[in-house]
Amino acid sequence: MWTIIRDLIRYNIEFAIGAMLVGIIVIFSLLSFFSPYAPNDIYVVFPDQPPSAAFWFGTNSRGQDMFWNLTFAFRNTLFFGIMVAVLSRIISITVGLLAGYLGGWVDRSMMFVNDIFVALPIFPILILFYFVLRSDLNMFTLALIMAGLGWPFDARLIRSVAIGLRHREFTRHAVFAGMSPAKIMFEEHLPYVMPIVFSTAMANMIWSIGFEVTLGVLGFTNLNVPTIGTTLYWANNHSAMVVGTWWWIIIPVALIIATFLGLFLLAVSMNEYIDPRSRLRRMGGE
Amino acid sequence: MGDVLTVRNLKAYYQMAYFGVDREVRAVDDVTLTIRENEIYGIAGESSSGKTSLIKTFAAAIRPPLKIVDGSMTYRFGDLEIDPYKASKEDVDAIRWKHLSYIMQGSMSLLNPVRRVKKTFEDFAFKPMGLPRAEFWSKVRAHLERLGLSPNVLEAYPHQLSGGMRQRVVIALATVCQPEFVIADEPTTALDVVVQKDVLAMIRDVQRQMRSSVVFVTHDMSVHANITDRIGIVYAGRLVEEGPTRTLFTAPKHPYTAHLVASLPRIGDTTPKAALEGRPPNLADPPSGCRFHPRCPLAIEKCKTDVPPLETVGSDHRSACWRSDEVRPLAKIGTPEPEVVA
Amino acid sequence: MSTLLEVSNVSMRFVMGGLFSRNHIDAVVDANFTLSAENPEIFTIIGESGSGKTTLARMILGLEKPTAGDILFEGKSAAERNTRAARLAFMRRVQPVFQNPFETFNPLKQVDRYLEATARSLLGARSKADVDAAMDDALQKVGLSLKEIAGRYAHELSGGQLQRVAIARALIPNPALLIADEPVSMVDASLRMSIVNLLKELRDTLKVSVIYITHDLATAYYISDRIIIMQKGHVVEMGPARTVLDTPEHPYSQLLKSSVLSIDAAGMGDLRPADRAMAEAAWSRAGQGALVARDDGRMVRTA
Repeated sequence: MWTIIRDLIRYNIEFAIGAMLVGIIVIFSLLSFFSPYAPNDIYVVFPDQPPSAAFWFGTNSRGQDMFWNLTFAFRNTLFFGIMVAVLSRIISITVGLLAGYLGGWVDRSMMFVNDIFVALPIFPILILFYFVLRSDLNMFTLALIMAGLGWPFDARLIRSVAIGLRHREFTRHAVFAGMSPAKIMFEEHLPYVMPIVFSTAMANMIWSIGFEVTLGVLGFTNLNVPTIGTTLYWANNHSAMVVGTWWWIIIPVALIIATFLGLFLLAVSMNEYIDPRSRLRRMGGE
Repeated sequence: MGDVLTVRNLKAYYQMAYFGVDREVRAVDDVTLTIRENEIYGIAGESSSGKTSLIKTFAAAIRPPLKIVDGSMTYRFGDLEIDPYKASKEDVDAIRWKHLSYIMQGSMSLLNPVRRVKKTFEDFAFKPMGLPRAEFWSKVRAHLERLGLSPNVLEAYPHQLSGGMRQRVVIALATVCQPEFVIADEPTTALDVVVQKDVLAMIRDVQRQMRSSVVFVTHDMSVHANITDRIGIVYAGRLVEEGPTRTLFTAPKHPYTAHLVASLPRIGDTTPKAALEGRPPNLADPPSGCRFHPRCPLAIEKCKTDVPPLETVGSDHRSACWRSDEVRPLAKIGTPEPEVVA
Repeated sequence: MSTLLEVSNVSMRFVMGGLFSRNHIDAVVDANFTLSAENPEIFTIIGESGSGKTTLARMILGLEKPTAGDILFEGKSAAERNTRAARLAFMRRVQPVFQNPFETFNPLKQVDRYLEATARSLLGARSKADVDAAMDDALQKVGLSLKEIAGRYAHELSGGQLQRVAIARALIPNPALLIADEPVSMVDASLRMSIVNLLKELRDTLKVSVIYITHDLATAYYISDRIIIMQKGHVVEMGPARTVLDTPEHPYSQLLKSSVLSIDAAGMGDLRPADRAMAEAAWSRAGQGALVARDDGRMVRTA
């Protein structure tokens, strides 16, 4: 595993850039633990200061140091993205492997539910949840809801791989070795879908963070928790662009674009690692 | 009688450098051989013996990471002399199909499943033959008939034909331009026994008619016994023995060949057959000296250090073994009773 | 004398196509044979592709349900093995050996995990020492040892070694019957006989019956006690292996035998395709007639 990552960094420029971008963002968000200010304190510094040696990212109209404020925002946003990714991976792996391996009516009914979830309009549903739950819609609840909506495409992908694996001779061999279906699914077949799981996890994080930002900008989340979405919400609320405090918007947007780019590059290079044909092309063969 | 293909000290290695691992696999290692006019030359070897890489180099179809490292390979078609690895791409393309063609194992890799067979004939053969359309089709029809195939197969889709019929169509396709050199890669491996014999007979007939050279690759020694004129035995990337088919079966001069022949089960023969110990070597890390020495019953100290050269041991018969004088056939190959022709 | 396996009047019909164009293929028609428990033997099913030999094997393993007839293993049919415990009990007695040794093992996993799973769930070994002992014991029977195999991946072993590991795995629960579907067709020539000889040895020393499925008449002649020859789902000839293969009586058996490439004529260029008349006779009468017993112990389908 570690040697694979090391070799990927050394020989795959996309992976190296992606890992670097994501690494910087992760380190940045971890700095929040050393923040001199609590995330929700306001008017702790002089407001509306442009970026300078004292305030690297400037200060906002609410009197917060943007550098430290954004470390919290990124920590929360990344944590949210990872939580959604992990939870939705658990659902999609379980559904995909069960449907693919067991087949028959299990497969049909699971894919029926799966297709319903594919067809659901996600954005209106999220807004509906906000109006129903209001202040109860915290980060964790939102992550649960997003995870509940973010699995069906990947479950189908995993199912298609599992169907192929079910007809492989080693699966029949495992059956006659007395392995239980659970053991076959989660020990024999899971390693085959892990690369897909990793690569779709990145795409899933981009998707969920994108929704979080959208909801936050519109004010449909808990505004007291600093995230990229709520940061932009407050910037809008204080007419940052009109007042001239551009750093309040430009810096978080630039950082979130860097995050997306990093995750995207990781997903792409991971994909290449999964697909041996593109690996061969890189070697100059075919 | 002349030589159509002359190969001198040919080395083709897989050279891979990826993810920090440099690997060199010596798939074709110092092979010297000639293939003559009007003969079927068999190449026998086990999986990962390098026989597939060898015929890929013959076919001028190698791609990275497989690279020619050393040696030369010259085709002579009449007055045309060409080394595909030194000639331009245009010149190599110009000999394909017209002088040099292939019969592959899976017929479906050649026949387009969604188009009629005649379309495939057009795609492959029309340009190399360079004839007006009407003349081209009459030639194709005549060729099919000569091979005992109905010209109606041209109108069929590949899936409408049986596996044996498809393979016959592929053979017709590969030979329609009357090429001087045909490479047949396991053409009957996927076929059933009854069909296999018919297809082999067809390959032999068409070869005899055209007086072309056929390189016939298979791991199945009993197929070699029946179709080839000469055989080259490949082991771990090297040519270890070469000679007339009958000689290799009745008086092999390499212990590996002797074993291969002796281990073939035969109907009517219930004597116990032994298997060789060990396993075919890994070409990325082959044994020193003679690559067969770890499995060889005759191995001596010298075999572990010195590579035996391929030396003449009889008429038209070469073997790469330090103790080739002492190799005795392990099985008695009978002379078949003359069959009564009905 | 008790029967180990009883295949009686077994047929398998696959229905293909959609609502309007119903087609069916008779993969196996009316197959009958029994294996005795006291007399372990190598029972060979010979056929070309499409003869139904693999379908028959799959039905015996309980992977397919016959459309007609009964397959009783030690008196029980597949329908009676409807619990996991019953299926495990069946697997203790009947084990498969697959065709392609490189496909039989998960390339991402170590090969010994199959042996370990078998020892734990089929043999009931509990402690690590018991499991290792069972694994080593089985590997010794095929000429390997746990030391050579432990922690190895499939790509590190040769086809012959892998196939021996697969057979060792099948032997762990001390089964009464092995079903080997083309076990040597993917194994290199120089290693092939080691597998064939091993099957023979298992019959002689461990008293395991083997159903050996193949298209290769030569290895069948070499190791079989009894054979059946199948053509398009029908059994055309069955009986003692040497009797049937030395002097085949059914035209299809004759055709098969005459298509075997002999090495006695090596280099003589004697490659006449099969006699047309013989082939005509073989195919035109496919599936016709009934099996008739002969004095020499064989059964031949005659019109």
